[in-house]
Amino acid sequence: MDFDVIIVGAGPGGYVAAIRASQLGLKTAIVEREALGGVCLNWGCIPTKALLKSGEVYEQLHHLADYGLAADKPRFDFAKVIERSRKVAGQLNSGVGFLMRKHKIEVIEGTARLEKGTPAPKVIIAQKRGGERTLQAKHVILATGARARTLPQIGLEPDGDRVWSYREAMVPKAAPKSLIVIGSGAIGIEFASFYRALGAEVMVVEALSRILPVEDEEVSTAARKAFERRGLKFRIGATVKKLTKSKTGVAVEIETGGKTETLEAERAIVAVGIVGNVEDLGLEALGVKIEKTHVVTDAHGATGVPGLYAIGDVAGPPWLAHKASHEGVHCVEHIAGQPPKNLNAPIPGCTYANPQIASVGLTEAAAKAAGRKVKVGRFAFRANGKAIAAGETEGFVKTLFDAETGALVGAHMIGAEVTEMIQGYALAMTLEATEAELHATVFPHPTMSEAMHESALDAYGLVLHA
Amino acid sequence: MTDILMPALSPTMEEGTLAKWLVKKGDTVAAGDVIAEIETDKATMEVEAVDEGVVEEILVEAGTEGVKVNAPIARLSGGAETKAPEPKPAETSAPEPAASKAEAKTEAPVKAEPAPAKTAPAKTAPAKTGSGERIFASPLARRIAEQKGLDLSAIAGSGPHGRIIERDVKDAKPGAKPAATAAAAPTERRGETRPVQSLQQMGIPEGSYDLIPLDGMRKTVARRMTDSFRDVPHFPLTIDLEIDRLLEARGRINKMLEKDGVKVSVNDIILKACAVALKRVPEANASYSPEGIALHHHADIAMAVAVEGGLITPIIRKCETKGLAQIAQETKDLAERARTRKLKPEEFQGGTFSVSNLGMFGIKSFGSIINEPQGAILSVGAGTKQPVVRGDQLAIATVMSVTMTCDHRVVDGATGARWLEAFKALIEEPLAMMV
Repeated sequence: MDFDVIIVGAGPGGYVAAIRASQLGLKTAIVEREALGGVCLNWGCIPTKALLKSGEVYEQLHHLADYGLAADKPRFDFAKVIERSRKVAGQLNSGVGFLMRKHKIEVIEGTARLEKGTPAPKVIIAQKRGGERTLQAKHVILATGARARTLPQIGLEPDGDRVWSYREAMVPKAAPKSLIVIGSGAIGIEFASFYRALGAEVMVVEALSRILPVEDEEVSTAARKAFERRGLKFRIGATVKKLTKSKTGVAVEIETGGKTETLEAERAIVAVGIVGNVEDLGLEALGVKIEKTHVVTDAHGATGVPGLYAIGDVAGPPWLAHKASHEGVHCVEHIAGQPPKNLNAPIPGCTYANPQIASVGLTEAAAKAAGRKVKVGRFAFRANGKAIAAGETEGFVKTLFDAETGALVGAHMIGAEVTEMIQGYALAMTLEATEAELHATVFPHPTMSEAMHESALDAYGLVLHA
Repeated sequence: MTDILMPALSPTMEEGTLAKWLVKKGDTVAAGDVIAEIETDKATMEVEAVDEGVVEEILVEAGTEGVKVNAPIARLSGGAETKAPEPKPAETSAPEPAASKAEAKTEAPVKAEPAPAKTAPAKTAPAKTGSGERIFASPLARRIAEQKGLDLSAIAGSGPHGRIIERDVKDAKPGAKPAATAAAAPTERRGETRPVQSLQQMGIPEGSYDLIPLDGMRKTVARRMTDSFRDVPHFPLTIDLEIDRLLEARGRINKMLEKDGVKVSVNDIILKACAVALKRVPEANASYSPEGIALHHHADIAMAVAVEGGLITPIIRKCETKGLAQIAQETKDLAERARTRKLKPEEFQGGTFSVSNLGMFGIKSFGSIINEPQGAILSVGAGTKQPVVRGDQLAIATVMSVTMTCDHRVVDGATGARWLEAFKALIEEPLAMMV
């Protein structure tokens, strides 16, 4: 037996699982074909936040007068914006390397595939430095992640030049003058927001009836208005028929309610969802059940194949780094025989556009569809002292409580820094707080978080500042 | 000024040793502070302050043995100007004083004296003191429990560190009696009876017997009886009853009811007498729960009915309120439907007292296993003509032996004896049931 646990994929699911395994005294190895930290750290969450910060600061420079300030002719150096983003990713990547060494986790650089073995599948690694290595562990955890979905038959396929996925959009040579973003999920909206902040003409095409379709409808509506105020344009309920490339850019033919229209821009970003990385791993031969490019697992990540588990994006939605980390820890603790700490953890979701969007739990529509009677509370930041002082009065906090038990069912926020606040509600839900505890909690003044208190009060007709 | 009283750390605790003081005169204490350690024969436990204040006086020195429950042990000044609840004698629920401490402590309940020294007032529930263990439950779980009337102390938590979370209370049955849930929670753990050796290992060769698979009823009987016999501290009390008057009364009653087509059995009269006796000695109509002793408002009498493949105990609810004709009709109907397995769960779940009658098989006397969470079960033997001594004369009487199996946690020897005394009086003079 070479290892207790081998983890395939060193993204936020895999490397966190590896650390937890090491903490539990398991001899652990992690296989990574590209870069420690995975997409999240190298091509996703982290570098986009660096870009968005640049965009946000730049946007602020145009509103300096609001604060009694002035600066002449704000400019940006796009190459430096990108460079900063890469540096941030690089710093964190080496940080993961340090963590692996610290926890005595063997990092194997290469591409893994699995073969039948006992008590878990064998892991065969084609090493980057050459040669093949075959390892047997007691447990194997698949954390291979996901990648952008492409639709080549209608031209929605990144070419690295005019058509981008998140990956190309992260490191272009120059900022586009005009951009079509296909898909209005978190990834599409964040890039749209960033490039708009730098002055690009941005059109977002969404097939469903509203942007950010997983969010609460009120938030979607407010977000669209906020983005439109910043000059973003939208085509909603629009199906992409075909994307064609020309010498100067792209043409995207869309159909909206029977009417066709051709949109033109310099570049296009394809952000129409993701697919799980399930290929070339030998999963079919092992009999691993795969549905819609994702590995089917039980609540602990078990695949049904003895000794084989899957966590994170490859194991299905929501495709979020923190969900992958949570699953990784849970899976490893399960392997180590520990009882689950939080099987039904509410997973918050954040979109780092300007304004930000954050949510946890059920949307109002989903709660109602589940047959729950809810009490709804709302509080707008325009009535919040800190928000007014900061000039960040856009947005609101919406809370949903079970009408019978007072359980916090869901919370939805849009506004400045709401992504930093949502964990307050996530904690409340995890602790199974009711409205009584939220009402009884003291929120510091002046903060935007007071709106979280007021929203909970409002759900029970007790709002103080509205 | 507030008196700190000796807490009852368990429902059965009468006295304890004040092992250690963790505060001294002049110390300021806050509610929840651990102020002393108490030892009982079973455990050492911490005593928490209920109120805040300054320790004005230590009334009982550390190391003192035999400190009575509810005796003042220290005095706090300041803080809330409320007096800790006075040790109240039990009210209506226990009209008659129960056994003295000495009696209760004697493990052998089968004492000859039917009326022990009557000193201490009966206690109904453990004193509500700060020593009660904190129950860890999420706010949502607390609220759902409150809405459903669930007792959190009887629920096993599945959250971190055993915290009770929504999942644990969401599907719990509303109205479940504390004792019932209390019994159910540990049952899950102990439900698995001890590992049984295979018959082969025990020297019985394979092929020498037929194996009847365990059906649901057999499994339930096996589990419940094993748990009860092992975990309930039970003891039997046997008494002889003369039933000639009862038989005579039954004859007359049945003549009266002939036109209605109703026939009252000896067992029906026994059920009625049980119910009336339980009203007269309500301490015997009780269930043990970690929270306290539940004294039931009604006598819901479960009667054991043998059925194909096992037994079941349908219940005559509020039996004390029902006439013999009604009881006779109900028992007939319940027994019939029990045999055809057509009883609804609510017709055989619960009950506060059981009666098992094997008289028709000629069994002279026997002791049944307690049907948890009930406090006692009565086993009824055959009525046979026997020589009896009246004064100094030999006479013939129809004598029936009954054995009451008691849960010592709720029904002490003297309590059981008093109940049997009341029961005997009713059986030997059925007219007394009318009074």
